[in-house]
Formats: sequence, structure tokens, C-alpha cells
Amino acid sequence: MNLRTLLLIWISLSYNLSSYSAENFIYCSEATPAAFNPQVTTDGTSNNAAAHTLYEKLTTFQYGSTTIIPALATSWELSPDQKKYTFQIRKNVLFHTTSYFKPTRPLNADDIIFSFERMLDPNHPYHLIGGGNYEYFSGMDMGNLISKIEKINDYEITIHLNKPEAPFLANLSMSFMSILSKEYAMKLLKEKKPHLIDLQPIGTGPFKFHKYVKDTVIRYKKFEHYWGKAPAIENLIFAITPDASVRYQKLKAKECHLIIEPLPYDLASMQDDPHINLLDKAGLNIGYLAFNTQKPPFNNKLVRRAIAHTLNRDSYIQAIYLGNAIVAKNPMPPSLWSYHHDIKPYSFNLKKAKDLLAQAGYPQGFKAELWTLPVTRPYNPNGKKMGEMMQADLAKIGIQVKLISYDWPTYLKKSRDGEHQMIQLGWTGDNGDPDNFLHTLLGCSAVEAGSNAAKWCHKEFDSLITQAKIISSRKERSALYLKAQEIFHEELPWIPLAHSKIFRAMSPEVTGYKIDPLGGDIFKTVDLLSSEKEGTSP
Amino acid sequence: MKNFILKRSKDLLPTLIGVSLLSFFLVRLIPGDPVMLMLGERGANPEVYMEMKQKLGLDQPIIFQYFTFIAKAFQGDLGESLISKTSVVEEFFSRFPATLELGMASLLFALTFGIPFGVIAAVKRNGFLDYFLMTMSLVGYSMPIFWWGLILIITFSLNLGLTPVSGRLNIIYDIDPVTGFYLIDTLLPSTLSHYGLKPFFSSLAHLFLPAIAMGTIPLAVIARMTRSSMIDVLDEDYIRTAKARGISAHRIILIHALKNALIPIITVLGLMFGSIITGAILTESIFSWPGIGKWLVSSITARDYPVIQAGVLFIATFIVLINIGVDFLYTLVDPRMRKELQKVNKKRAASPTDKAPPQNEGDPL
Repeated sequence: MNLRTLLLIWISLSYNLSSYSAENFIYCSEATPAAFNPQVTTDGTSNNAAAHTLYEKLTTFQYGSTTIIPALATSWELSPDQKKYTFQIRKNVLFHTTSYFKPTRPLNADDIIFSFERMLDPNHPYHLIGGGNYEYFSGMDMGNLISKIEKINDYEITIHLNKPEAPFLANLSMSFMSILSKEYAMKLLKEKKPHLIDLQPIGTGPFKFHKYVKDTVIRYKKFEHYWGKAPAIENLIFAITPDASVRYQKLKAKECHLIIEPLPYDLASMQDDPHINLLDKAGLNIGYLAFNTQKPPFNNKLVRRAIAHTLNRDSYIQAIYLGNAIVAKNPMPPSLWSYHHDIKPYSFNLKKAKDLLAQAGYPQGFKAELWTLPVTRPYNPNGKKMGEMMQADLAKIGIQVKLISYDWPTYLKKSRDGEHQMIQLGWTGDNGDPDNFLHTLLGCSAVEAGSNAAKWCHKEFDSLITQAKIISSRKERSALYLKAQEIFHEELPWIPLAHSKIFRAMSPEVTGYKIDPLGGDIFKTVDLLSSEKEGTSP
Repeated sequence: MKNFILKRSKDLLPTLIGVSLLSFFLVRLIPGDPVMLMLGERGANPEVYMEMKQKLGLDQPIIFQYFTFIAKAFQGDLGESLISKTSVVEEFFSRFPATLELGMASLLFALTFGIPFGVIAAVKRNGFLDYFLMTMSLVGYSMPIFWWGLILIITFSLNLGLTPVSGRLNIIYDIDPVTGFYLIDTLLPSTLSHYGLKPFFSSLAHLFLPAIAMGTIPLAVIARMTRSSMIDVLDEDYIRTAKARGISAHRIILIHALKNALIPIITVLGLMFGSIITGAILTESIFSWPGIGKWLVSSITARDYPVIQAGVLFIATFIVLINIGVDFLYTLVDPRMRKELQKVNKKRAASPTDKAPPQNEGDPL
């Protein structure tokens, strides 16, 4: 066999190697999921791999928006004292049948109680399985909020709360409140293999788990007996591809149908490529510069305002986000209800900034430290570069800034301990409720919890957002949040910097895909155009 | 042979104790707290934070934690990953074959081209070919892997369409890893009966670019080492004698010179294999190769203590074993070493007590 023959064989094989086949939808994801159970994970990768494919919740967000709609619950009622939610459970919902589990009954109240009590009750047989850390459940304070879950009958339950909580339904729609099968859990317990509950998943979602090869591929099959409209694609495949440049090359080589998080500097070439569809959507996020309001000179709001007038945020949008973001003025994104549109942002005005600084007693400026974000996040893709631009801006009013950064774990620990003066941070919303931004990031209780990086506890602001938590009327809540945003603007514990867009790139054959504002990838309604389905098969 | 392996195996235990001490304490010296990292930007109440620390056993005194780790390690239990909550031994061995397969392929690539390039450069010393090959090897040595990897992908995968972009196997082949070495797994009867030979060729094609990317630096080193070693050997008297006896140039170079020139190359090879295995992170990232490099680095970032400890221990064991293998290879290539070894064995047999020979006399290496 000569070299030419070998090359010909190689080329003929390569054509089969690179093309995807009919009925397979290949999604190039960015990392390995931590587990296949949203109760015990917090990252977006794991949510895509489990919560959005395999599991469902009592309520959910409408595809592509943050509106709450029924899912495994068909309807619900709130008691007059706003402390009891009664849910009607959907009938004839089946759990997945797989090689490792065959359910004998459909979903009922026991499954819902089992799923919640695993996280709630420290004496539950599954509580400590997998370490017993339910970070989201604890983080959203659900343990202190839920007092009791009562089974009325097989298809009706009541959740009793310790206090009224307006964002409760939004919390229920989050991934960590997914419903697992009690029957499967009991089978695993009997077989003395309870740890498998987080690794070999059984849910009621539109896809069922087929196979997982670590760090390589996750395979799902369409769940034929799904209670809603079954997915159009037969096989959903997650090809784990950590490098964003490689994901782009794979999309071009037709090895993926859809890729997550393209690099900002690849966006222009993707836009020009007729074989790629680039989608974008305003993200539910915010990047900000927080001041440690417990340390001088940042305990003086005149200094904070002076800095707000000094930072040229438009230039950051162009240089750091490559134009793919908007300047922020409030501590939450504009797509959230109750966003205060009438607030006037702090303009770039050096004269005003110098005057404010002089009024504050620092006419010559001062020396300070600014911590730059050590990780790449959609809300701040390049903390170091942004820090350098801020340093140059602040020098114009005499503030000599020393840039500091640590690795991510250290950065988080030190900021929680309040060692910083100015710090870059950000947040991506979990549930589309303003409380998730205002209370989580600026509430007095968040000072101790660590997520209030400004260490800012403003009594009036805190009372407004705490009040808004217990009122169910959206109109009344909105009024309170509008007032809270005005106080924020006046006091300025941090400078809102930007709200970035979310991007996804996909093959033009893909239909029925929408970007989720909460950042997840959902494939329930995805399909491929018929030409693609008739394409090359292995 | 048995004595040789036994003697060298004794080195393993102190090495492992040293490595366990270093990996255990050094990783805890890095600032940052795994619990804090798990909580992320969200933060948590101090009670929740302490509860998580207790659950993970991180609230215990550090010395106590170390001895618990060692006691469990002796029972074969190296703990569970703080992140994935699965056994680290299982995690390691599910990824290690991928790294080993890639490491061996890249070393094969480096040897296949590095040795001939070095020999040609030495034979054509100071000629055009010598300058060309050595300049190329310098370029290869200096090339950043992440850049070189992307250039290879753009050239071979996108422009020429000859190879896939990344991964270990075309995603359409749904095979169960048995050995973890895909070149073997794709030839198992269960796969062959279902797909034929296509998965095998697919895994070969997927190996092609990462092996080149990872093997380029070793290739450059081997080529340069072979050249200098060959030049030394070619200047020896016995080569001149061989030439005078009229032995063909091919025979002199390949039989008489190359075998002796190989000794320093084998030394480098042992060290290089260790660095290939531990330094595969960039190649693994670019080609989405599911090996241990990326796994270990992400564990360090996440302060996943059990994974770092176990990973470092396994790699240290592997490197010690490789070095024992290299030492053994010397005896095959160099007859003087073989004789030393035989001498030691004879002495041991003649000795009335089963006492180990004194270090200064009996150590063959």
C-alpha cells in the first residue's frame, strides 16, 4: 500500500469522522457537570446537564422569559395570611424508564415531599448522601422559610411558611427545587447504593439519561412518555469542549450544532459567517465596583459620588465588553420588573468629581486599593484591563490607585472578611425577582453572609426591601423597589458598571432554540431542519 | 532482575511519604478556602459555613486531618472529591488512560522523527540539512502549545479536512470504555460487531493532532540530544576503526554509533515522559482531551484537597516507576551495566548471610 492509497483511505474516513448524523443534536458544552442532581449543584454547567434536561419543578419559568408558569403543579392557592401555598399536582406524569430503573407508579405528592425533605430535614435518610451540602437551598434561606410540608392527598400538598415570602414561587421555579423519584430513592436505599441518586438520574423531564463518559460526553434520549409535547430530536448529546476557540472551530467543522459562550472577539467573524447563526439577548446580570462603606474615605458618600463621575463607563463598554453590554445605572438589570427607568445616571464629569472630592475634604485626592476580578465572567470579561482603565480615570482627580488581585478563592474570602477598599464584583440573577438582586447583594443580613461586598447596611433601604419580600401584590412591591433604587442612587454603595449580553452560536439548521435570560440552555423545543435530518449518517 | 526491582522499589515508600507530606501541607498553605469557594459570590451565614466545614472534616486540626488521610490511604481509601463527591481513586483511573494514551502517542511521534532528524543532522554536521533541522527543532521547542494546537486544528481540520477538531472519538459512536485506551476499546468484539473498524480509525484520527502538538517539544529535545550524542560517538576511535575496516556507512551509523548514542537519550526520555504526563494540561484543554492534567488544575483552583493529594501521589508513583523502567532499560542498552548487575547478584549469592551489598560496591546504577 503506497502513501497515496493511505491518504485516500484517510480522507474517505475523515468525511465520516467529522460529520454529525441524523437525529443527533450535538451541543458543545464548556465543562463537566459536578453531579446529575440540581439539589446538590450550583453551577450552570450542571443545571444544563440535569435541571433543564432530566428534571422538572412544581413551577417553572416560561421558555425564554422569567414569567412563572405551572409545571408539575397545575395550579396553586395562597392562604390569606400568605403563609400557606396549596399545590395541585399534575396527574399521569411518568418518571423515566432506564436500564437501571423501571418505575411502577406515576409522580405523586410523596415524590415532592421526598425531594424537599431531603434538603430540609437533617434526619432524612438521604440528607447526608453526597455530603449534605444543599448550597442553593441554604443560600436562599429555604430551611428557615419552610416550616412544614403537608400531604393532603396523592395529588395535593400544602407548604407552610414561617413568614410570608413574595419570591417563594420564583424560588420554587429554580433548578435546586427539582423533583426526584421517591420510589427510585427507596430502591437505591434497599440496594445500599443511595449515592447513585446524584449520579444516575431519574426525573420526569423531556430527556432521559443514557450514558456519561467523564469529561467527554453526556448522552440523553428523548423521553417518549413525556407528559408535555415530546422533544423533536431523538438523541441529545453534550460534547464537553472546555476551550471556547475550539468550540468555535467545531461549530465550523460541523461537529456541533450549538455552542455555549463564544469568545467576545470571535463574535464579529461569527456574524459574517453565513453558516453560523449568532443569537444574543440581554443578560440578567450586573457588573459593579463596590466600596467598602465601613472604611474611610469610602464611608463618605461624597467620595463615592466623585468616583462615579470620574469613571468613563462608556469607554469600558467598548474596550472590555467590545460593545456587547449596556452601561448600568441601577443595581439590577432593566429587564426585571420594577426597574427604575427615570433615574439619571452619574455622568462622566471630572469638574464635578473634583468639587465633590474637595467638599469631602480630599481636594488633593488620596491613595487607595482597587481589587480587580481574577476570573472571566459575562458581567466582567476582563477585570484586570478594566482595573487599569479605572486607575487611569481615577488618577485624573488625584486618586492614586494600586491594583490588587488574588486567585478566586482568596478573593472571595478576603472580600467576605471586608479587607478590600474598592472591589470589582458582579451577579447573575437566579430567578427573575428583584429581591434576588436587592436583598441578596445589598440587604443588611447579606453583610454577614458575605454577598454584600459594600458592607452597607442602610436601615431605610433594608426596611423597604424586607417589606417587599412579604407583600404578594406586584404593584405594591414595585413601588417599594422603586423607592429602594432611589436610595441606592443617592447613597451609592457601589457603582453599577454594565449589563452584558448573552451569546450563543449555532448552525443555521437549528430551529426552536431561544436564549434563556437566566443563562441556561434548554433543548425541549429544539429541532433540526429536514435537510439536516437527511444528512450524513455513520 | 528480581533483586534489581526489589531494591529500586524500596525507594518508592520514602518518596511517597515525602510527596504525601508536601502535597497535603502545601495545598493547605495556599490561601483560599474550599467551603468559601463552593458558596461562591452568594456567601452564607456563618452557621451554614461552619456546618459545611464540619461535614467535610475541615474543622479538625491539620495534623489530625493528615493522619486520618494516611490511615485511610493505607486501606486504599484516598477519599472523595469535595466537588463531585465521588471516589478520587475512581476519578483518577477513569482519566489516566486518556493521558497515558496521548503521552505514549506523542512520545512515539517524537521518537519516530526526533531520532532520525538528530542522526541526519549529526552525519551532515554543519551542512544545510543540519542547520535546517536544528533551526526547525529550535522553532518547535519555542512554540507555545496553545498556539501550535490551534494552528494544527485550523490547517488539518478546517482547511484540509483531514482530521477532527477535538475529542477522543467521534461522538456518534456510543461505546463503553473498558480499558480506557480507545485504540484498544474500539477493537473489542462488542464494538467491532456493532460498528466495524470505523471507531478505531476515528480514535486514531482524533489522536493525530494532539499527539503532534504534545510531541513537538519532546521531538525537538530528542533531535538535539541525538545530534550531540551522535557527534560525540562518531568521533570515537572505534568508529574510525570500523570505517578503516570498510564497514558500510549505514551499518556504522545505525548499529555501531546509534546504540551507544542512545544512553543519554534514554535518560532524557524517562524524565520527559514524566513531564509529558504531568504537563498535558494545555494539550488536553485545546483538544478537549479528558485526561488528568485539566482535572488536577481545576482541582487546585477549586481547592479540592483530596483530589490534589491523591493525584500528586499517583503521579509521583508513576514517575518513580518510569524511572525504575528507564534504569532497567540501561542494562539492555549498555553491556557494562548488565555486567555490574550480574556481579552484584553473584556477590549476593556467595554471601553467607542475606545481607544487602554495601552501597558503594554493589549499586549497579
